[in-house]
Amino acid sequence: MVQWTAGERAAIQGVFAKLDYESVGLESLTRCLVVYPWTQRYFGGFGNLYNAEAIMANPKIAAHGTVVLKGLEKALKNMDNIKNTFTALSELHSEKLQVDPGNFQLLADCLTVVLARRMTTDFTPDIQAAWQKFLSVVISALRRQYY
Amino acid sequence: MSLTAKDKAFVKAFWGKISGQADAIGQEALGRMLIVYPQTKIYFSGWTDFSLDSPQVKKHGKTVMSAITDAVGKMDDLIGGMSSLSDLHATKFRIDPVNFKILSHNILVTLAVHFPTDFTAEVHVAVDKFLAAVSAALADKYR
Repeated sequence: MVQWTAGERAAIQGVFAKLDYESVGLESLTRCLVVYPWTQRYFGGFGNLYNAEAIMANPKIAAHGTVVLKGLEKALKNMDNIKNTFTALSELHSEKLQVDPGNFQLLADCLTVVLARRMTTDFTPDIQAAWQKFLSVVISALRRQYY
Repeated sequence: MSLTAKDKAFVKAFWGKISGQADAIGQEALGRMLIVYPQTKIYFSGWTDFSLDSPQVKKHGKTVMSAITDAVGKMDDLIGGMSSLSDLHATKFRIDPVNFKILSHNILVTLAVHFPTDFTAEVHVAVDKFLAAVSAALADKYR
């Protein structure tokens, strides 16, 4: 089982407390689709993904960004049992969505960059470490049902 | 994933904005890496202080970032331009190239912290590609 220190829990809760799910979700997903354009393969039905401006204005992307952040919130609320909490989500990504699990890290990295932009110097190395540990646990849980 | 003319233009323009703070960025990126990815400390076994404001982190961060800034001027031939640095990393330091990606990520985070407005999605992809190309050039002589 993942061990969290009190400091790590506080850091992660602190990040979520300031998080605007809609805005951060949209920007993270946009950056992922721009910086790693092959990830657009999963968004065929989403409409105009022509450039960063178009993606940022795309309501389907905005809606999906919020879905992703709400998923992370679920992990936050079940921090001591993320693995089991995400069983169904893992199956969904593996069997229905068929997302290459390598892509989870790409989105995670974009999310981290967006947080760094929003929080600037408040995004200290210790907070970055706790946050990235949290994302690794989520990614590991999401990968778990792939076979 | 080669650098297009547009990528090079974005990188040069952005580097123009950040060059005054390059040393500090190098220091912070290295410092973040050592804290967030503690396994990277194995390459610095002689160091006594791995904190963000350690003189060792400051000095080495400056060394690394200066080389990257140099590379901005060598984007038309990174492999040729970084050949001797690649030899050094291949034969003397023998740093596993996976760590180049890790440091690159921490450079991006540091840039995002200090240049939130300028670090747009277009700049982000150009700089990410540039750092990946630099990493590939650095690993070129490994085998």
